[in-house]
Amino acid sequence: MHAAGLSAPAGTPRLRKWPSKRRVPVSQPVMADPHQLFDDTSSAQSRGYGAQRAPGGMGYSNPSSPQEAFLADPVSNMAMVCGSTLAAQGKELVDKNIDRFIPVTKLKYYFAVDTVYVGKKLGLLVFPYLHQDWEVQYQQDTPVAPRFDINAPDLYIPAMAFITYVLVAGLALGTQDRFSPDLLGLQASSALAWLTLEVLAILLSLYLVTVNTDLTTIDLVAFLGYKYVGMIGGVLMGLLCGKIGYYLVLGWCCVSIFVFMIRTLRLKILAEAAAEGVPVRGARNQLRMYLTMAVAAAQPLLMYWLTFHLVR
Amino acid sequence: MAFTLYSLLQAALLCVNAIAVLHEERFLKNIGWGTDQGIGGFGEEPGIKSQLMNLIRSVRTVMRVPLIIINSITIVLLLLFG
Repeated sequence: MHAAGLSAPAGTPRLRKWPSKRRVPVSQPVMADPHQLFDDTSSAQSRGYGAQRAPGGMGYSNPSSPQEAFLADPVSNMAMVCGSTLAAQGKELVDKNIDRFIPVTKLKYYFAVDTVYVGKKLGLLVFPYLHQDWEVQYQQDTPVAPRFDINAPDLYIPAMAFITYVLVAGLALGTQDRFSPDLLGLQASSALAWLTLEVLAILLSLYLVTVNTDLTTIDLVAFLGYKYVGMIGGVLMGLLCGKIGYYLVLGWCCVSIFVFMIRTLRLKILAEAAAEGVPVRGARNQLRMYLTMAVAAAQPLLMYWLTFHLVR
Repeated sequence: MAFTLYSLLQAALLCVNAIAVLHEERFLKNIGWGTDQGIGGFGEEPGIKSQLMNLIRSVRTVMRVPLIIINSITIVLLLLFG
């Protein structure tokens, strides 16, 4: 273990042992895992690292230049070993505890996408009218990764769309001679603040209406981030064709996002009976329907609010 | 369009302060939102009003001490940096 680092002989044997210790947990057989989200390419890479480290370790025994003389000095060598031991311990501590604050494994699920999924999802966001089946498929109680099911929410498209929106906003401001670098930060911060406000408002209303859904916060962030795609389209068209193009594309994307959100949220928020398309009476379901419509109606409003000042 | 994350934090702090300031005896009881008036039966549906009352009561209980600390820090920072 690394705790015995100080008593171990300083120098080459220690340095060579470290990469091989890192290699052990990774080369476990992950190939047979059915829930695997990503392809495992790590074992080939660490073997390359291990081979590179070994000749580097050998070079320390002949001090032929001032730097190597400095490193061959036993005291500084000991200090370096100490430092690398502490760094390794710190890294292990962080790796163990990071899962408590940021659910890294859950986040990985949302980024398990591939090109085909992204293409189909973007097409679905602009044209959701022909899609029939909006249910997310489950595999042994866990939802299937986005790579295998187009209805699953992902965080890749919202994240990329957000960054692209900030860049396109900078571009639009630049063409009107209104650009300055801090405006980019202001746009990003403003859009992020609206997103946070939306998420908090929806969480509050879900709590008040006592909806028992499996709609997690990250799911909600993903769904609310899909509107950036329409915003980017609108602003780009506004740059190319002026206000007419902007209003046309934005109007189309607004209606598409409205339909998309209603069809997606209906399955999550409304009760099972309503999901089959039967309009259910009863105050509770009516309230939930109003909530779904309110969430979906807020999307076009925000899309307009966040982009109208960019297109003159 | 100067809606930044910082103004969102300020607005949230002011809202939580507003909820914490509601007086139990003088105000909430008079409009029927007191903590002992909300507990209905053990029916399935708590209803929006009782959910709101629960929310107000929990915010007041949980945030009383942290609000003192956060308010002091905010006052000092605003005095120093404007």
